Amino acid sequence: MREKSWREIPIGGMIEDAGNADTYETGSWRTYRPIWDAEKCIHCLACWIACPDSAIQLKDGKMVGIDYSHCKGCGICAFECPDKIAALEMKLETEVND
Amino acid sequence: MARRLTLSGNDAAAEAMRQIDPDVVTCFPITPQTELMHKFAEFVADGEVKAEMVLVESEHSAMSAAVGAASAGARVMTATAANGLALMWEIVYIAASNRLPIVMPVVNRALSGPINIHCDHSDTMGCRDTGWIQLYSENAQEVYDNVLQAIRIAENPDVLLPVMVTFDGFIISHTVEVLDALEDKDARGWIGDYKSTYSLLNTDEPATFGPLDLQDYYFEHKRQQIEGMNNATAVIKSVGEAYGKLSGRAYGMTENYKTDDADYVVIALGSTCGTAKVVVDEMRAEGKRVGLLKLRSFRPFPHAEIVAGLASAKAVAVLDRSVSFGAPGGPVHKEILAALNGTGHTTSIVNYLYGLGGRDISTTHIRTVFEELETVAGKSIPADEVRFIGLRG
Repeated sequence: MREKSWREIPIGGMIEDAGNADTYETGSWRTYRPIWDAEKCIHCLACWIACPDSAIQLKDGKMVGIDYSHCKGCGICAFECPDKIAALEMKLETEVND
Repeated sequence: MARRLTLSGNDAAAEAMRQIDPDVVTCFPITPQTELMHKFAEFVADGEVKAEMVLVESEHSAMSAAVGAASAGARVMTATAANGLALMWEIVYIAASNRLPIVMPVVNRALSGPINIHCDHSDTMGCRDTGWIQLYSENAQEVYDNVLQAIRIAENPDVLLPVMVTFDGFIISHTVEVLDALEDKDARGWIGDYKSTYSLLNTDEPATFGPLDLQDYYFEHKRQQIEGMNNATAVIKSVGEAYGKLSGRAYGMTENYKTDDADYVVIALGSTCGTAKVVVDEMRAEGKRVGLLKLRSFRPFPHAEIVAGLASAKAVAVLDRSVSFGAPGGPVHKEILAALNGTGHTTSIVNYLYGLGGRDISTTHIRTVFEELETVAGKSIPADEVRFIGLRG
């Protein structure tokens, strides 16, 4: 994407397109990756409530996966997942096979 | 028709604020600004203004609330002094960077320590690079006039920067003077309505305010701020001329007082200019060609007016009421040297440091400065040579 000159952009750092965080992919910042185990998940959605980057994906009120293009790997989802369930595990990106 | 009033500098600022009737005024009291907000709070309590007054727990919060309200599209004012300005420092930068046209009277007072409540310019000179426009006032009349003009300057679409209107603590803020004020309807007509480009409260056109801005665009946004500040010079002049037509009192970037043929010129800002004018008049009556160059706008800096005002000067004294520790001379002195650099001026320029912590400066002191200038004309003065007025040796 061509970066614009100072004459072409709104002043004061304003961004006029709402919802623009969607186009800003922050997944590459991640050191640890949350790995979701669909078999263990009870769909309590504690991870979905706590995720600061709205990276927990839902369909029909159930968790279906993680948006890795925005997940920064903070680990809050794995922390919030009930201990008895432990459906989310943080693994080093270097140890995960893509 | 003008209304002739007798007001302190603080009350003159409050009177201008009453006529402006901003949407939001955020407030935290600090000497010597306190009486200004006392007066404005009285207007609020008496129902003379509709402004929403937000009482906060610190100056950091006062400026934060001002930024929030201005982002929502409100016309916002606050006021402070010295350590209060220092405490709001972080948000002072953000107000300018987010291009919010907040207007803030600052009652000049020495920064601690040791603790001191009296006038010097260390507070506003310290934040000369925050991106705010700075207008300095000589007396209560100028306080009133500058506050009314500041709104028009700040909100100009080519500028959109916050403005500090400064005036000397106690010397102006607590001295009662006679001044002429506009009729309310004229003041309201002058101020007009304010419509912000963006509003946090506009859910039909949602936008992102104050986002993260890294290597890719931060530099571009600073360049825009430079442009806004550059544009401010022409706007300050045009607003000053228009205000002159309305009130009979026109303003420019500087006031070049009897400098046209002057051999010796004193450069100063704030209340000291009033004292210096008395000396200039006395010495002119004695046949001496002396003048005063008063800086009204320090940000943006009035390069052209300075070069013009010093055209005939053989020697110039720059009076600084704050220290730039470790630098060659005070903040005003350095900028005067920079303004003359490359213009071919060979004027001898002497830096004087005076008035720290409210130390008085008299007509006798200024006369002595003019007499010293007669002895330095034609000499080369080192940039780091600083002379002191009123300091015990």
